[in-house]
Amino acid sequence: MTMASKETGPSAARLLIAAFLILAALAAVPYVADIYQTQLLTYGLVFAIAALGFNLLLGYTGLLSFGHSAYFGTGAYAVAFVVRDLGMHSMELCILGGLAATLLVAALFGYVCVRHTRIFFGILTLALSQVLWSLAFKFFWVTGGTDGIRVASNKLTLLGGLIDFQGRGAFQRFVFAYYYYVLALFALSTILMWVIVHSPFGKALQAIRDNETRASFIGIPVKRYRWIAFVISGSFAGLAGILWVPLNGLTTPDILYWPFSGEIVFMTVLGGFRTFAGPIIGAVVFNYLKTYAVASSEYWQLLLGLVLVSLVLALPAGIVGTVRNLYVRFARRP
Amino acid sequence: MTIFIIQVLNSLFYAAVLFLIAAGLSLIYGVMRIVNLAHGTLYALGAYVTAWLVGSAVGHAMQGTLGLVGLLLLLPVGAVAIAAVGAVIEPTLLRPLYRRPEEYHLLITFGLLMILEDAMKLLFGGTPLNAGAIMDRMGSIPVGRFLYPGYNLFVIVIGLLAAVGLWWFIYRTKFGVILRATSQDRRMAAALGLNVGRVYVQAFAIGCFMAGLGGAVVVPAQAAVLGMGVDALILSFVVIVIGGLGSLEGALVGALIVSFVRTAGIQFFPEIELAVLYLIAAAVLMIRPTGLFGRA
Amino acid sequence: MTLLETVHLKKYFGETRAVDDVSLTIAEREFISLVGPNGAGKTSLCHVVSGFLRPDSGQIIFQGQEVTRATVPERVRAGIARSFQLVNLFDDLTAFDNVALAIFSREGKTRNMAALAHLDRAVTDEADAVLGQFGLAGKRNEIVRGLAQGERKLLDVALAYALRPKLLFLDEPTSGVSTRDKGQIMDTIASVVRSEGIAAAIIEHDMDVVFKYSDRIVVMHQGAILAQGTPDAIRNNDEVAMILIGSSGPDAFTRKD
Repeated sequence: MTMASKETGPSAARLLIAAFLILAALAAVPYVADIYQTQLLTYGLVFAIAALGFNLLLGYTGLLSFGHSAYFGTGAYAVAFVVRDLGMHSMELCILGGLAATLLVAALFGYVCVRHTRIFFGILTLALSQVLWSLAFKFFWVTGGTDGIRVASNKLTLLGGLIDFQGRGAFQRFVFAYYYYVLALFALSTILMWVIVHSPFGKALQAIRDNETRASFIGIPVKRYRWIAFVISGSFAGLAGILWVPLNGLTTPDILYWPFSGEIVFMTVLGGFRTFAGPIIGAVVFNYLKTYAVASSEYWQLLLGLVLVSLVLALPAGIVGTVRNLYVRFARRP
Repeated sequence: MTIFIIQVLNSLFYAAVLFLIAAGLSLIYGVMRIVNLAHGTLYALGAYVTAWLVGSAVGHAMQGTLGLVGLLLLLPVGAVAIAAVGAVIEPTLLRPLYRRPEEYHLLITFGLLMILEDAMKLLFGGTPLNAGAIMDRMGSIPVGRFLYPGYNLFVIVIGLLAAVGLWWFIYRTKFGVILRATSQDRRMAAALGLNVGRVYVQAFAIGCFMAGLGGAVVVPAQAAVLGMGVDALILSFVVIVIGGLGSLEGALVGALIVSFVRTAGIQFFPEIELAVLYLIAAAVLMIRPTGLFGRA
Repeated sequence: MTLLETVHLKKYFGETRAVDDVSLTIAEREFISLVGPNGAGKTSLCHVVSGFLRPDSGQIIFQGQEVTRATVPERVRAGIARSFQLVNLFDDLTAFDNVALAIFSREGKTRNMAALAHLDRAVTDEADAVLGQFGLAGKRNEIVRGLAQGERKLLDVALAYALRPKLLFLDEPTSGVSTRDKGQIMDTIASVVRSEGIAAAIIEHDMDVVFKYSDRIVVMHQGAILAQGTPDAIRNNDEVAMILIGSSGPDAFTRKD
């Protein structure tokens, strides 16, 4: 399983064109789809940001975290606190505050976790995210406990107050405007992540993934770089959490609970964690999968579990990975 | 003073259950290098199956003919049922993944967790199932001015017997030697003619038996509820981290530590009791990553 | 000019004395070979000097600076690089990426996450040059996992070389390689090392290779240095012959075929 090398000339141009087309298609969605579908896709894009960040650790650095809900949740709760306790309405301020909080938590947790690898790393990330969950759960006078904290969209403003959501038709306007807001941030996140993984630092991470001993022996400070990757990864998840709250209108301890971390892992694996675009596709597809599964059956967890098991057994490269492998195989035919 | 004794007894009770679960998890990891994320769910399944058996026609028949003993016999039956489930899981879901990086078995057991959790909801419904009949029939022992359930003492004894039994099994029997050999060097064991595949299935089944037994043993005292599996999994991870992956003594000591800390926590700091446990796990991982008794 | 000096270096594993009071010096541009039977401590010494293992006692002094407690990346920056007996590469990256990484690291560029790696001409050109020097230019875009053993061995050395070290520690660079390729590999390594003025310490079992290229041969036995000297001196050393070959006499080291 290899990371596709997209450096050569013609591929870069094709990549740009493809990206532009996809962005254009995404931009057209609110005009062709109804409010519900637009909202649904917004969720998908939000999770895509989280999965993208998560995969920096898994696909590129070789670390499987089962605790990413901690950063998503920190971002979400930070927004809730900023709006409720600081009385701020600007989404930009929420993002700044949320990112600051997430950065802190990710830096702290990451420092502890990157000293270990493999199973212990996974268990440690899980345990630490559970600490946060138990705090959110128990300190109900601060966090609202299982009821959570409401964040109404009509309280928020976008672009420094230029766009607000008061008055009639506010909800439609919100869904419409917020979709583009998220889309813009999604595009930005994707570009940022693409540059990071193709930078010398990104290459160093892949070296650490492939052979941490040798990485050390060519002078790479392994633990430090893992920590930096962890912080970046957590920040992306935090941004996703921040963007998720206004959409959901509510944040509860459920998004800190470890099955949600599992969903992030699921999305990434579904799309293919050895590819760049895999997590994005996986997140969007998973979002649809889960929504329809939940709507169709009380036992949606069973359905999703079956999907995951089948995926691991039959399609370990995920959607994008499998497509790429097939493409490579057919492209070789004379 | 009496309260103190009761808390100690409660801790021992809880430690016995935790030990059963954690020892199973540790055994599976020790032999197969697999962490089964669905292990806690198997514990829950053991609880549900046992509670169901006790409350069913079978249970009533057993109760009618053999009284309390009949009901108690259903406990290992529940555990064996889970072992059977394990014997099906290993060849179908785990064996195909042995050559692949270990992330894959984490993923597949996570999927298994999702499947089993909902399967339990499907089979047994959302309301808690209990096996109180057993507890009622075992009466109480006076401790100070309180009456302490005799059943809890019974469980503590079971835990002790299980610890000793497991130790004897692993270090004093031929199969134990085979288990240890396979866990140390799988290829060498195969080269010496051991049927590694069969050893794996057996080890996995035994680990699942332990989890199932933990559930069977806890359900007379505590009703089976949805979500108990996930809670148990996290706690058994904490036990394993503290005690060391792959170590029997570690599972015992870890279970005792976690249990006592939890009891003290619930008594004195109920808000952060869970947080304290996870922090201890994190601290142990930082200071002594292999746990108190783990191998490097 | 002394480049490396180990002073009473010791590394014990319980009862086993892997490195038993070894005091060794290596001069600039010197080409030494470390020989000895299996378990003599050659690889352990390499591990201790390169930082893979911490010594129990003793000192390691490199270019006048004490590096005994230095981390591996610190030693790499100081100028010590090594290759591995069991090939240690970045298997899911291309040969080019492997070498480029070493160069990026050397230049302190790996912390850079805002620029695209393949656009750094200085690094990419140098990586191509190194691949060329080691005869691997044709395998530039191949994923390393798929390369032949001899190629992987050469790449392993190329990776260490790309760090532009002052001292190159090579652990059995020709082991596991067919006899025909051995000569080619050693020729490549020796010519590159000599032309750049890099000091080299090679752990090797093939005495033909050892006699052909070494300025000095260090014979180790049971963790300690048994003897050291020029190839001629070692050739005539009966005790060494007994340890290494099992017989002594003037023809001990000559191949009898």
